[in-house]
Amino acid sequence: MTRFSAFSLFANALSSHKKWPQHWPDAAPKASYDAIIVGAGGHGLGAAYYLASRYGITNVAVIEKGWLGGGNTGRNTTIIRSNYLYDESAHLYDHAVKLWDGLSQDINFNVMYSKRGVMMLAHNVHDVQSFKRHIHANRLNGVDNEWLTPEEAKAYCPPLSIDPGARYPVLGAALQRRGGTARHDSVAWGYARAAARLGVDIIQNCAVTGIRRGADGAIEGVETERGFIASKKVGVSAAGNTSVVMQMAGLDFPLESYPLQALVSEPVKPVFPCVVMSNTVHAYMSQSDKGELVIGAGTDQYVSYSQRGALHILEHNIAAICEIFPIFRRMRMLRTWGGIVDVTPDRSPILGKTPVKGLYVNCGWGTGGFKATPGAGDLLAYTMAKDEPHRINAPFNLDRFRNGRLIDEAAAAAVAH
Amino acid sequence: MILIHCPYCDEKRPELEFTYAGEAHIARPADPSTLSDEEWERYLFIRANPKGRHNERWRHSFGCGRFFNAVRDTVTDKFETTYKAGEPRK
Repeated sequence: MTRFSAFSLFANALSSHKKWPQHWPDAAPKASYDAIIVGAGGHGLGAAYYLASRYGITNVAVIEKGWLGGGNTGRNTTIIRSNYLYDESAHLYDHAVKLWDGLSQDINFNVMYSKRGVMMLAHNVHDVQSFKRHIHANRLNGVDNEWLTPEEAKAYCPPLSIDPGARYPVLGAALQRRGGTARHDSVAWGYARAAARLGVDIIQNCAVTGIRRGADGAIEGVETERGFIASKKVGVSAAGNTSVVMQMAGLDFPLESYPLQALVSEPVKPVFPCVVMSNTVHAYMSQSDKGELVIGAGTDQYVSYSQRGALHILEHNIAAICEIFPIFRRMRMLRTWGGIVDVTPDRSPILGKTPVKGLYVNCGWGTGGFKATPGAGDLLAYTMAKDEPHRINAPFNLDRFRNGRLIDEAAAAAVAH
Repeated sequence: MILIHCPYCDEKRPELEFTYAGEAHIARPADPSTLSDEEWERYLFIRANPKGRHNERWRHSFGCGRFFNAVRDTVTDKFETTYKAGEPRK
């Protein structure tokens, strides 16, 4: 496998870029592995990569029912931030942001992490008070966040309308400068390539059909469409399908799966320099490096696995965008899609061990899992390798729904993740 | 947009008139003080979240305002049937 560098780019240019080798082989399943990850999204591939690179377990398979990165990894709006209110969440998401920082060098694949800043708009007095509280809490946790006046917000993001007569007046904004975007496909491809280089097998089009447990209840392996694969450690990172996979092991989970929609406009020249989120009117937007405006909505109201949502959700979303950014009123939208997000009752993820020995889970990221990709991968790998959670993900255990130690970000943090 | 049949109004109306109200047939504990932590967890947080047939509650908020139950396929989003609150699970 070629290492990407300016030299390899130049050398391959001489053959018109026709001789680049395969990034990762299409592996066939072996009879057994030291660890299996179910789900080849960013989180699952990241976990496989960190198992091999940091925790010394290289005999690993990642099993995917569809194609790599074809679930929520390829369907999100690529926003990265860590300005969460509670200590546990701030530590968890900031762990990921710190890993984003050196990720392209680490996996030798440009994930196009761009620290363009994430600005959250305050439209009413409650927003102002709550964001200022967030800013102070974040700074005590070492997470950068600062308050902007409407004029400063306008200077940071010129398309913003701060007209006091606007339907959603801007009273100020909270800005996390380290926040930004990354290219979602590159994250999946980069992790897959880096993991495969360390010996990880990536097995696509191979749905898990059952989880086999021994007489003592411990994990023995997974049944798949391509036969039984043995392993004493199985990590499930299956986002919206987690409930379905967990029921194969006889576990009921506190999860509900909802469609979350997004859409992009036709590509235009650079016009939108940062990420802007408005939780009150439920819209968020950024511009991709290709030039499309990337817009996200809130979840649909009912449980579904359909990977599509209702049009009226998008209509509401677009109406809000047009009010806040009147310059985009005549912009044409190119396509819309939906992904299935697994939502927990307290809107915080579940990342750790399960009651079944050898079965680990990374789920419940709801509408905001992309930003946590490297962190979730690393912490799932740590938990699987050591058979105990890292202190960062220890509070995000499954027991919290029994003992009541919820991490209730739903009420305290941004609505849109 | 999904059209939903309200069993009280006996009409098919657009989804916009309705509010989703979660999984159906989760009975409130009769004697809450005797419940264990496990039973509370199951009542409050654990959900079936099936891929397929789902019994769920809806409210005709912008119509008659009443709660009713429905069976919907969560893969196709197609409604199989709707029935009045209090009727047995279908």
